[in-house]
Formats: sequence, C-alpha cells, structure tokens
Amino acid sequence: MSAVGAEEPGFTRTAGRPARPAPLATPMDLAALIADPETRILVCCGAGGVGKTTTSAALALAAAEAGRTVVVLTIDPARRLAQSLGLVELDNEPRQVDISGGTTRDATGELHAMMLDMKRTFDDIVVAHSTPERAEQILANPFYQSLSSSFSGTQEYMAMEKLGQLRATEQWDLIIVDTPPSRSALDFLDAPNRMSRFLDGPMIRLLTAPSRAGLKFVSAGFLVFSRIISKVLGGQLLRDISAFVTALDTMFGGFRERATATYELLRRPGTWFVVVATPEPDALREASYFVDRLSTEGMPLAGLVINRTHPPATTALSATRAEGAAEEVAEAGGAGAELAAAALRVHAERMVQAAREQHLADRFTSAHPEVCVRTVPATAGDVHDLDGLRLMGAELTGSDADTPTGTPRTRILPARRR
Amino acid sequence: MRLHVVTGKGGTGKTTVAGALALALAADGGSVLLVETEGRQGIAQLFDTPPLPYEERRVAVARGHGEVKALAIDVEEALLDYLDMFYNLRRAGRALRKMGAIDFATAIAPGLRDVLITGKIKEAVTRRRDGRPVYDAVVVDAPPTGRITRFLGVTAEMSQLARSGPIKTQSDGVMAVLRSPQTAVHLVTLLEDMPVQETADAIAELTKAGLPVGSVVVNMATEPALPPAELERAARGLLTGADLAPSLAAAHVPGGTAVADALAAEVADHARRWASQHALRDDVEALGRPIVELPLMAGPMDLGSLFEQAARLEDHLRAEVVERTGA
Repeated sequence: MSAVGAEEPGFTRTAGRPARPAPLATPMDLAALIADPETRILVCCGAGGVGKTTTSAALALAAAEAGRTVVVLTIDPARRLAQSLGLVELDNEPRQVDISGGTTRDATGELHAMMLDMKRTFDDIVVAHSTPERAEQILANPFYQSLSSSFSGTQEYMAMEKLGQLRATEQWDLIIVDTPPSRSALDFLDAPNRMSRFLDGPMIRLLTAPSRAGLKFVSAGFLVFSRIISKVLGGQLLRDISAFVTALDTMFGGFRERATATYELLRRPGTWFVVVATPEPDALREASYFVDRLSTEGMPLAGLVINRTHPPATTALSATRAEGAAEEVAEAGGAGAELAAAALRVHAERMVQAAREQHLADRFTSAHPEVCVRTVPATAGDVHDLDGLRLMGAELTGSDADTPTGTPRTRILPARRR
Repeated sequence: MRLHVVTGKGGTGKTTVAGALALALAADGGSVLLVETEGRQGIAQLFDTPPLPYEERRVAVARGHGEVKALAIDVEEALLDYLDMFYNLRRAGRALRKMGAIDFATAIAPGLRDVLITGKIKEAVTRRRDGRPVYDAVVVDAPPTGRITRFLGVTAEMSQLARSGPIKTQSDGVMAVLRSPQTAVHLVTLLEDMPVQETADAIAELTKAGLPVGSVVVNMATEPALPPAELERAARGLLTGADLAPSLAAAHVPGGTAVADALAAEVADHARRWASQHALRDDVEALGRPIVELPLMAGPMDLGSLFEQAARLEDHLRAEVVERTGA
C-alpha cells in the first residue's frame, strides 16, 4: 500500500456516519467564571464515576490560586484524593488546605475542604431545632437512625442542607459542591423535595396520628392501608415511626421550608452548574437529562465538562494511514521497525478512540447546541495529589485554543472542513 | 452455582458483564434469567430490545437451544405480588397504589425495596416446574459495590426495624438462599485505583456479612502494544521521535520529525497508562479471589462483542468448576 501525498488533517470517516457535520460547540470559559466575584456557588453534577469530585477539587484549587476564598464540599472522595486535601475522615467542618506549594506568588486565596457526614448533618438539624430532651429522644429512635443513615435521598438532602449552611455564614467567596454519587444526576435536584414531602406529607401524619389529622379525612381505604402497613412491616416499626413523628412535631414544616430555601438558592444569580460526563454513551445521556432539567428549572448552566478524553498527539495521520504504514514498516523490517510499527498501531487505536469520543460529543452538541463544552484529557494514572489537581485545573481553565495540536479544547479531534 | 450476583462500581460495566455471564451460562442449552434491579433498562439497551416490562421475556438465544430471559423488577408490582401472595389483597393493593400509598410504603421502610427485589430473586431461583428448577441459573445485575452488602443483607436492617411480621420471615428465607453455597457475588472492576479499592472494601463487607464472594472480573483490560523492555523505556520517557523517525521515513510516513515526536509521546502515554494499570494487577491478585480479565472492546458494545465476552467467561467458569472439584 502506498502512503504518499498530503494527508488531510482530521479523522477517518467511519462507514455509515452521516456526512453532515455536527454544529460546533461553544467554548466554556471556566477561568473567568471562577475568578468572577459574582460567582458564589458552583455545583458539579453528573453520573457516578465521571470524576465529579476531582473536577470540583481542581476547580476549587484553581479558584483559590486565582485569589478567592474557596470551600469545596466533597461527598465521597477517593481515599488518596481526600488525604491530599488533608481530609482523613468524615469531618463535617471545613479544613484549610495548604496550597503554598503552587507557583502563584500572591497567595491571597484560600482553599478549604470538607467531606460531608450526612448522619451528623442530620443530627445537627435535629439538635438545633428541638429541646435537648426531645433531641435525645429523636436521636435514639430506631426509625430516625435508619432514616438518617439510609433513606434514599438523605445524602442529597444533607448536601443541600450543608450548602445552605455554608452559604449562610458568608465566610466564603465561592462554594464548590460535589454532588452525591447517585445513579442519576437528577437525584440531587429531586431527592431533597422528595424527602421533605415525605416528612411533611399528610401520609406520615395520617398513618401515625389519624386523630390529629381530623377524623373526617380518614376513609375506609386508609384504614385498610394502615392495617396492611402494620401487617407487612410489623407493629414495632409503626410504633417507632409514631414516636419519631411525635418527637419531631415541632420541627415539621421546617423541613420543607429549609429544602425549598436551599433549592431557591440554586436558582439565585451567582449559582452555576457544571455538568461533568465522560465520553461514554451512558454518562452523556445522563448529562443530557440534566441539561434539559436545568433549563426547565431556570437554573444556570456553565457548561459541560467532558472528562477523560483521549486526544491524539498529532492529527496529521489518520487511523487508516497509520494502520497501513504500520504494515509497511513491519514488512520493510530493519532496526527499529518493530518499534515504529507498534507506535503507528498505538496511534491508529488512539485515532479510532478519539473519533468515537468526538462522535459522542457531536451527538450531544447536536441535541444541545447552546451548551458550552470543555474537554479534559485523561491522565495516565489517577489524580491524587495537589500537583495532579493543578494539572487538571489547567486543563479546565486554560484558554480554548492553547493545546499542543491546536485542536480547540471544545473538541477531541479538529472539526472537518466545511 | 445457580445464583450469580454481579456488582461493581459505577462505570465499570457491570450490566455488560452480567449480560455476558447470562449468555455464558445459557450456552449448551441452559435456561437463564437475567434480572435488572435498578430500573434503568440497561439490559434492554444491551440486548437492543424494547424496554422490558415486569415480565420474564426472552432477550437472547445461545448455543444449543440455550436461552436468556430478562426481567426488570418493578418494585410496586413486586409489592402487589407480595400482598397477593400473602394476604390475597391484590385488589386492595391496586386501590392503595392510586392513593400513592405504595410509594409511601417503599419510602418509609428503607430496605423494603431491597426486600421485595431480593424476594423476587429468591422466588425465581427456587421456582420449580415438573419437579425441576425452571432456571438453571439466575444472574442479577445488582446495585453498585457501595450498596451491595446492604442490598443483599436486608435481614440485619429488617430485623432491626421490623422485629416481627411477615417481612421478617420473608427476609430470613431470602438470606438462607443468598448465604447458601449456590450463590456467588461477582465483583466487576477496572484497573483503576477507585474501583479496585471499592472492590476490596466490598469483599471485606460481604465476607463480614457472611455472603459468598465469587470471582473478580477485571473489565476493559488493555493489551500492551510493545514488548516489556520497550514498554518500560517508553514509560520512563526515554523513547523519542528519533527512535522512530528512520523507519517512518523509510515507509514514507508524512509529517517528518513532528509526527515522529507525536507518535513517541503517544507511545509514552500508552506505556504509562499500561504501567499504572498493570501495577494494580497485584492489588487485584491480593484480593485472593479467582480473576477473569475481559479485554477492552474497540467499538461500541453490540451483541457480537457480548458473545465474545461470554466466551471468555465460559472458559473461566469451566476452569473454576475444575478447580473446585479438584479435577
């Protein structure tokens, strides 16, 4: 096979791909966003396993080095990453991180980090809103213990609650929130309301104290329901719930109010969402749902971070050309031929992978042309120290065109000529 | 082994592995049920079928008249089944659903969901027709590693909450199946820090809860492109464009030194990536469980590549049986 002549930059055309080019994504300027004093809250969300925690920490470090006083609320950081932030255990208070190792000379900024302890956050709410004896009763109640440590949505609710608390202190210029590793990114928005609806809901009141709710509402259907619940769950659980509700009575109403207030906080100017995804179908599908939801809710979206992409070091050689050249080099033999052929195959694979990732990114942009995009290349190992976070921060905040190959940071491969 | 529970950290591909395992177990005429527990229709996507109803439905056929049926468990429907089974209350149950009461019931009893799902799984494992089991194997696409022990270990939580009542009796029955030697919990991991760490944590938790741990599936494993010595040199950044340039030029590869340098950089990246993955193989070995590696598939996952993965799992299962019977 001959491999001479000018190679067109770009990537190989996969059979069956429509020829119509996808719209070009708009660059996302995270550097300006995190440096802007008007930006007060940044929420990083996305499906599980896409690197939300690392992204949050990297942005927080970059913001601190840009001179801001930042706190990053992490939910479930990898052990080594937590250690690098000085977090050794679940710890509900922000701790300052020593960032003096950086290159920035004017160390006016500060980075604080904390790890959410959901049970303790819940306990604190209980203690703050009831008398000591009553709080003790609630904390000892088995139903409360189970609710506060395992109710689906407790973690999301408590993350919201903690965000509200941090915001209320006015101690931080910028709060960066990592969201819980739930199945769906939407859970972060839905869970708090679901939970407050549940705690405040008529059902729980009817079930536990029909007399208080007014007997006229108690239908025959409800009595059947109550009997079944009692049969299925056992009488003890009902008694625990009843005791819990009675003890919590004074706090009721408060739950919904607090959840609503924090939810509103997310809609206020100064709050921005960053959606994180990997170039995988599932993660981008989640990102898509989330983007739609934010727009429905009127919540401001900064853009989409496509994390762990695999851009090639050169785009001057297509996958097909590289494969062909690898064969040719191997056939020709001689010193270093095996190595060169292997290098060409590595490149061919890389181009195929990058093309696949770009295809997925294009699909997202076709559906959401208004969403700004930033790609962040995968590193060879995991990010688990401040230097790693700094490098990632540079990828997140660097100028759009500033890459070795000149491919803009909105993309993995250059756009085909139009 | 009849019940295979597949878990893994998010993003490790546990649904794909569960699907491939079901195909592997169905080969040579097996009848296998693949169960979805998280209501995300991942199985339907994997087998390219319309969304699954709450009904056992054939999604694939395997060699020698084997078949895989799939079931997406709907918690509400499972609760209605349950009410029907124990109290003959299906009609009342429907009325309750209209009131939103069932949503409520699954919400107030954390773990009720899991009781219902594992209850349904146990029913499928123990179901018999004409004196023999309906399914040769049941494969569960289970919740992720972070939740797996709680999901399977419902009894502890339920005995605490529901100290009496049929839920307790039911969950005790389920635990008997889950803890029996016919069950294995397989863990899917990638060669990355977090998934390997979570796998180790999950194994410790499962073991403590008395749940039987099966194999560790290393998913998306990549092959090194170079011989070990060159790989190490490249990882240390000692491979340069100059090493490649003569051969590239001889083959008329365009781009000159710029392309040669770029290729060298890509090889270095590949070598580092491989080295950091390979280093984790020791950690995986240290878990002390049987290991099977599934290679990273180049394209998107389709039925063809799923059968390829299934073939590898089949070999692994066969080797496991030989090992265990001491043959």
